[in-house]
Amino acid sequence: MTILDRDIDKLCTLARLALDDDERARARDDLARIVGMIDALANVATDSVEPLAHPLDATQRMRRDDVTETIDRDAFQKVAPAVRDGLYLVPRVVQ
Amino acid sequence: MNPFGNPFATLTELADSLRSKQCSSVELTRFYLDRIERLDAAYNSFITVTADRALAQAEVADARLRNGTAHALTGLPIAHKDIFCTKNVRTTCGSRMLDNFVAPYDATAVARLDAAGVVTLGKTNMDEFAMGSSCETSYYGCTRNPWDVERVPGGSSGGSAAAIAAGLAPAATGTDTGGSIRQPAAFSGVCGLKPTYGCVSRFGMIAFASSLDQGGPLARTVDDLALLLDTMAGFDPRDSTSAVDGHAGHAARTLHDAKPRTIGVPREYFQLLTDPALAASFDAARRTLERAGHRFVDVSLPHTAAAVPTYYVVASAEASTNLARYDGVRYGHRCESPKDLTDLYERTRSEGFGREVKRRILTGTYALSIGYFDAYYLKAQRVRRLIRDDFVKAFETVDALFAPTAPSVAFPAGQISDPVEMYQQDVFTVPASLAGVPALALPCGFHQGLPVGMQFIGPHFSESALLALGADYQRATDWHRRTPAGLE
Repeated sequence: MTILDRDIDKLCTLARLALDDDERARARDDLARIVGMIDALANVATDSVEPLAHPLDATQRMRRDDVTETIDRDAFQKVAPAVRDGLYLVPRVVQ
Repeated sequence: MNPFGNPFATLTELADSLRSKQCSSVELTRFYLDRIERLDAAYNSFITVTADRALAQAEVADARLRNGTAHALTGLPIAHKDIFCTKNVRTTCGSRMLDNFVAPYDATAVARLDAAGVVTLGKTNMDEFAMGSSCETSYYGCTRNPWDVERVPGGSSGGSAAAIAAGLAPAATGTDTGGSIRQPAAFSGVCGLKPTYGCVSRFGMIAFASSLDQGGPLARTVDDLALLLDTMAGFDPRDSTSAVDGHAGHAARTLHDAKPRTIGVPREYFQLLTDPALAASFDAARRTLERAGHRFVDVSLPHTAAAVPTYYVVASAEASTNLARYDGVRYGHRCESPKDLTDLYERTRSEGFGREVKRRILTGTYALSIGYFDAYYLKAQRVRRLIRDDFVKAFETVDALFAPTAPSVAFPAGQISDPVEMYQQDVFTVPASLAGVPALALPCGFHQGLPVGMQFIGPHFSESALLALGADYQRATDWHRRTPAGLE
């Protein structure tokens, strides 16, 4: 499998990563090796096999629509990089 | 010998010391804190030591021991892998991304152990976000193997395994997504249990691959694993995949239930064992178990060779999704002076994540992207069902499976730089992870002075039976009693 620079650029955009030239070249080579390994799955016959998302085939448990948790905003925002008046601060989005 | 003062005493022995007043929890805690301070520079098994908190917990434990409200684990010091959130204690997950993260709440597994009166010595080193098989991807530097400091302790729970092997803690918590409890247990000569998926709550356990992640204990003996599991496990409404009727919590009481078992030997595993020198240890273990009355039969798990590629698609896809939350807004690392929102996300993530984490995010993003989703992600989920069904079929005729834990003994730090070669370390551990079945790793010999590990794999929620089988083996052997030289 050939992985091109533009493939890495697209993945970096999707994953919100910025790689420098060295990292990008390494990522391209590493990904080509990894994809070469996972391509082996194509040799496994899976016709009429359903995908398995949960190892015990469990389904999502439902619960009553009751309030069971409270949010301590001050405690949670203590670990935030930038907050003001209870709000998380980010660079301006709308000019 | 009085267990107090022996750094390699078991939890069970130390509990007796506390109850017979040979020592107090404060004395025991000080003993381990002192050893960590004196010796851990050589191993780097701890990221954070919580001395003040530990001594405060020990004082409370001593009061409980005096007033008759003690639990079987009250007053015993252990360490937590730094993937478990610990309230008001830094929780880094081995990453620069969380270098400044002080958890605002406790993981359920930690809360249950705390409620039992367990003392937390500190937080152990690990591969970054549990992605690794050597502890070399930690932002805090590699942990060293106490049997040979030039070698890795295994990963990702390498700090937990090394701390026990070096006598810096009698037990620790770990997590296992594709072998991260079992492989370091094997490399470091200690015991580790990966419970059934859903057995131990994932609440407060920092997510790597949510359909695989499972917390569990590491300790010096199988008996100690049972004590820890009984306390850690159980239904938790805060974890949407927690099993309602999971582990019954009686493993410690059924350790002597050593009824003869039929044990399957999966031929594919032994065909994949690349180091024939290890075979002697597995043959000897098999003879020991046969003498104890257990019977071995050959079985086949035909899709074993597909497990590593399946795992690296499923785990990477889930990781790329789970790690999308690290955006520099609510907690964790944030880059300096971002010029806009995209710059904030990209530089924060590029600075905060290490190379292996970025590699897995890119692999997962690739497997989930348009045009590849069916060919990789859905395909891997289909193969996962075949792998799971191999186990289900095998357990129709056998009670447990017997297998190597890792393809080699601990390798030298820096030896494996190719990611695909590193991923092959997981060849014997990822199948049970994909199937969600429990697996018990325990020492079964030595090769060139380094521990060799084996595992018993059982049907879903057969932890008690696996532990009873392991305890039976450990009553007949003393591999788990061996300790590295010069650490007494």
